[in-house]
Amino acid sequence: MTMAMVISQAMNRAAPSPPNAAGLKQDALRERLALFGLCSPALIMMLVIMVIPVGWLFWLSFVGDDGQFSFAHYQRLIDSKSYYRTFVTTFQVSVVTTGVCILIGYPLAYMLSQLPKKIAGLCLITVLLPFWTSLLVRTYAWLVILQRKGILNTWGMDMGLWDKPLHLVHNFTGTVLGMVHIMAPFLILPVYGSMLAINRDYVKAAANLGAKPAQAFWQIFFPLSLPGLFAGTLIVFVLCLGFYVTPAVLGGGKVIMIAMRITTNIELFFNWGAASALGVVLLVLTLAILFAASRFLRIERLVSGGSG
Amino acid sequence: MNWLQQPASATQITHQNRLWLYCLGFLVMFFLLAPTLIVIPMSFSESQYLEFPPRQWSLRWYQHYFDSPEWLAATTTSFKAAFLTLLVATPLGTLAAYGLHVSRFKFGNAIFLILVSPMMIPVVLIGIGIFYIYAQIKLNNTILGLVLAHTIHAMPLVVIVVSSGLKSYDMSQETAARSLGASRARAFMLVTLPQIRFSVITAALLSFLSSFDEIIIALFISGGQHETLTRRMFSALRDQIDPTIASISTLMILLSCALLMLVQIFGKDKTAG
Repeated sequence: MTMAMVISQAMNRAAPSPPNAAGLKQDALRERLALFGLCSPALIMMLVIMVIPVGWLFWLSFVGDDGQFSFAHYQRLIDSKSYYRTFVTTFQVSVVTTGVCILIGYPLAYMLSQLPKKIAGLCLITVLLPFWTSLLVRTYAWLVILQRKGILNTWGMDMGLWDKPLHLVHNFTGTVLGMVHIMAPFLILPVYGSMLAINRDYVKAAANLGAKPAQAFWQIFFPLSLPGLFAGTLIVFVLCLGFYVTPAVLGGGKVIMIAMRITTNIELFFNWGAASALGVVLLVLTLAILFAASRFLRIERLVSGGSG
Repeated sequence: MNWLQQPASATQITHQNRLWLYCLGFLVMFFLLAPTLIVIPMSFSESQYLEFPPRQWSLRWYQHYFDSPEWLAATTTSFKAAFLTLLVATPLGTLAAYGLHVSRFKFGNAIFLILVSPMMIPVVLIGIGIFYIYAQIKLNNTILGLVLAHTIHAMPLVVIVVSSGLKSYDMSQETAARSLGASRARAFMLVTLPQIRFSVITAALLSFLSSFDEIIIALFISGGQHETLTRRMFSALRDQIDPTIASISTLMILLSCALLMLVQIFGKDKTAG
């Protein structure tokens, strides 16, 4: 074997096969697959620590007390009066909380969007600071403010506004008050974001064409801010449905929401089937609302709205 | 007043006409801020009962907190879990966001939805599900179990924040680096990562805070000597109103403020505005 032959053979081996469309396409596909693999660690974690557990609960909700497949747990949800009351309470609290959040959140977001940027930035701190503060801390603060010997009652009685301590907490009012405080930033931030994105020239044009300020607001600005309002409302409502901490502390056992029934079923009665069935109903409700909404709204927008 | 008569917007509405809006806005801001901050002065009270304003000031409840081995142990657990969650969730979430961004696969959207789903699924459900699974594999009441669960909880934040950072980044810079001979990993580390660092830092801080503040999952799966601070606070809240909680709350507000400031300083891309 001569030297030349060895070299030519080596070169042959090293030389890449002539590029052709099919080969390139395969390479591209392989690369994209490899890149896609970058998602896999996160995806596998999701699968093991979230999808499997939740799936397991699904399964448990269909296993009766005798270990056979049954709808007994769901049947109980329908038959029992107390579960019916829980569902009604949950919806009441969620609707009222969301409504109040809109009523106070939209005007604030509107004001912020109209203020000069520097002042708006300062004012925004009043939204961001609560948003970043642990909701347990804020719930505790409300308990301190509203309880029998709390700040509000002490002040009210000192000033002679009322004689006996008012029942402000451990009831519906206290729960809604605390939840509005916690949920409002979730509404204000997406609404404010969508308002900033509105082109002010439209409003200017409306004014130019003779619209009064109120007219320009309701016919031009308000409709343009609706997607943000819709996203914020949705986030707040869905979060309310599954809320636990605030109603558990401020409701004082009188306002019982779905999430609380789930935990008592497990902590007190160790009834996995009942808890799972309730959880599945909560999940299906949540997803159904989100799905229905996603037909009007892109879901990414919703998610990015939620992160502020 | 002159300012009142000036137009406030292009519609020529005056500030005077808008006065009601400013008042309402101010009230809402007060409503949001005051309850958040009110525990701070109260935590310095001498009294056994919480009062505002305190009649006598003291550091008694801080003393109580720093002298209590149980509270300190819970705090340590929370810090450990939050820091480890940051360390796990940030790289995993960043990799996933990057992978989704560059591969542009058909199922990309579905994968994105799975990664952010913990945000949409009621936390209670995730909590009891994990509790059930952990009971089988004996991960309840361990730091490892807590960190894994909190990573899931923080993943949506990381993926969303880093994805939005990548959207405003010009990928052709990475292509340029690679055409000059850098491998993809090298190009990512040397060119892409430094440019999306603001989002990554924000994501990391958010994942830390989300773990530190998380209650519901911890309520189920943390306990014994690995009880988190929030869990301990929650059970203390249900039993009685202990002013020690006011002092802990104050410290937690300080922590949130510090993190919020860090995000403002390091998390914002000043060039992008």
